[in-house]
Amino acid sequence: MADEPETPASAVDAATAGKPAEPAVPATAAPLIPAAKPAAALGAEAAGAKPPAAKAAPHPPPAPAPPSGPTEPPPPADMAVPAFITTLQSAVPDGVSQISYYVGDWTVIVPLTLMTTTLRHLRDAPDAAFDFCSDVTATDWPPRKEARFDLVYCLYSTRHRHRVRVKVRVGEHQPVPSVTDIWPAANWLEREVYDMFGVGFTGHPDRRRILMPDDWQGFPQRKDYPLEGPGELLMENPIDWLKLRQSRDEADIE
Amino acid sequence: METPTIHHGAMFDTNELVLNMGPQHPSTHGVLRVVLRLDGEKVVDADVVIGYLHRGIEKLSENRNWTQIILLTDRMDYVAAATNNVGYCETVEKLMAIEVPRRARYVRTILCELQRIASHCLWVGTHAMDIGAMTVFLYAFRERELILDLFEEFCGARLTYNSMRIGGLPQDLPPGWDKKVLQFCDIMDSKVTEYEELLTHNRIWRERTKGIGLISGADAVALGLSGPPLRGSGVPRDVRKDEPYAAYDEMQFDVPVGTAGDTYDRYLVRMEEFRQSIRIIRQATEGIPAGPIVGKVPRLIKPAAGETYHAIESPKGELGYFIVSDGKSTNPYRFRVRPPSFCNLQGLRPLIKGHLIADVVALIGSLDVVLGEVDR
Repeated sequence: MADEPETPASAVDAATAGKPAEPAVPATAAPLIPAAKPAAALGAEAAGAKPPAAKAAPHPPPAPAPPSGPTEPPPPADMAVPAFITTLQSAVPDGVSQISYYVGDWTVIVPLTLMTTTLRHLRDAPDAAFDFCSDVTATDWPPRKEARFDLVYCLYSTRHRHRVRVKVRVGEHQPVPSVTDIWPAANWLEREVYDMFGVGFTGHPDRRRILMPDDWQGFPQRKDYPLEGPGELLMENPIDWLKLRQSRDEADIE
Repeated sequence: METPTIHHGAMFDTNELVLNMGPQHPSTHGVLRVVLRLDGEKVVDADVVIGYLHRGIEKLSENRNWTQIILLTDRMDYVAAATNNVGYCETVEKLMAIEVPRRARYVRTILCELQRIASHCLWVGTHAMDIGAMTVFLYAFRERELILDLFEEFCGARLTYNSMRIGGLPQDLPPGWDKKVLQFCDIMDSKVTEYEELLTHNRIWRERTKGIGLISGADAVALGLSGPPLRGSGVPRDVRKDEPYAAYDEMQFDVPVGTAGDTYDRYLVRMEEFRQSIRIIRQATEGIPAGPIVGKVPRLIKPAAGETYHAIESPKGELGYFIVSDGKSTNPYRFRVRPPSFCNLQGLRPLIKGHLIADVVALIGSLDVVLGEVDR
């Protein structure tokens, strides 16, 4: 069985230990095929990979300047903030750094340090009672260097039938506490976020990739990951690709 | 001559056996792989492995414009493609604050419910076949064919419909279509009774499904189950009632719930949903208002910067879309689907622990997952 829990520490270790492996790899493919064993390689990816500046040359990105973050409009002045948010603000001081309202959806932005406390409060407080975790996902905003990802938790209460979205901003290498002990539903959803964005969750019972193959390099949903995937390099420059594969295999044997 | 002594029980090795079920297995409904750890015939633990049908629909959608995505959503839950279309279009309409005409909302309701019946037909057929009742499969597919004919007449396709547009419908109903829908309702009414005669009081069926895969309401909510698996455990949660969309706020219908939370209750819930769907289709078809079929939609669809989450009740459960628009480009910045099958499949591991290997297929069937949606 492959579900022995990965120790939370390994993410951090890999992030630091994976870096020296990089110079062995030609610069063109650094983001796609780093090195070493999958666990370490995934960490190395999160730690050191630069956006594929060299690679982007033959296929220039069609972008005007990429947006630097989501718009989070504050609620209109005459709009009453739901009671569960005001209770949350008084129960967890500094637990809410921003409130947003857009097309009928309430969003609460929560600092990473108080995330677990806040989410636990939202589940347990009688006026919130968010017992159903609809969705856990992320959005990638590469220009925002210090906190690249927005983690989005879509919560629903089967008792009060209301919804809220909780957002947490995290950096590329910041470990995030897993919420699987609050909502077991988050297990696979967090695995998918890890698989697609490379956000490392600590305390997760089963941190493996879920949709992509276990030995996959790179995180497909990141904005700097090419739509075509690594196949492009294989097609354009097969010899480079072979060299890379060889160096990776050697690293594996070591 | 010496007689060999037989040591009962000591002759056999009692190691656990690891058995790979799938990804190519007729009872895993596609390409699901379950790695079972067996003690004899009993499942000690299981690892559910998915991803064999991953096509990156989320990533693809972020590189297509808002209209092209409708076609991609067809390929998720391909047995209920119109439901996916409706869910996506409603999310974009919410993001752009487009008012959808009442006629279009009624047609959406009819299409969604026809899809629910088609999806449940496929489910009851394959679920019964997994357990060993072959006849139901042939019967259920006969009725599903009638629905596919109705869809073919409406939009020209039989499986992936591309049947919805942002702001309304692609075309008006063909003349006489509503009469055919009502005729279908009359046929379906008696057919549901026929399925139930074959299964509900069938002793083998009850032995195979009662008490199998028990889950309490609180556990089901915590595990994120939705749709019939959640309602089978007695939680009356239905997005159609709780957060009405399309024209469900104008419809009269009941939400069936189970009591025990086993495979048999999930079966009963879906059987009752057949009847409730027929009831909704009758109301919607008879009360369909005249009027325009498309709201005021700009020629270039380009929502202002912002984000939203919108959920609808697909035949499998809560189908949610989380879409972020940056307001600059003509494609979504982030396109995320909350697939009900994905979250329901997560419940498989706790459900099958401790059951016999023969019950594994019954439990996969009772969760009613479509791998196209699990993997996207």
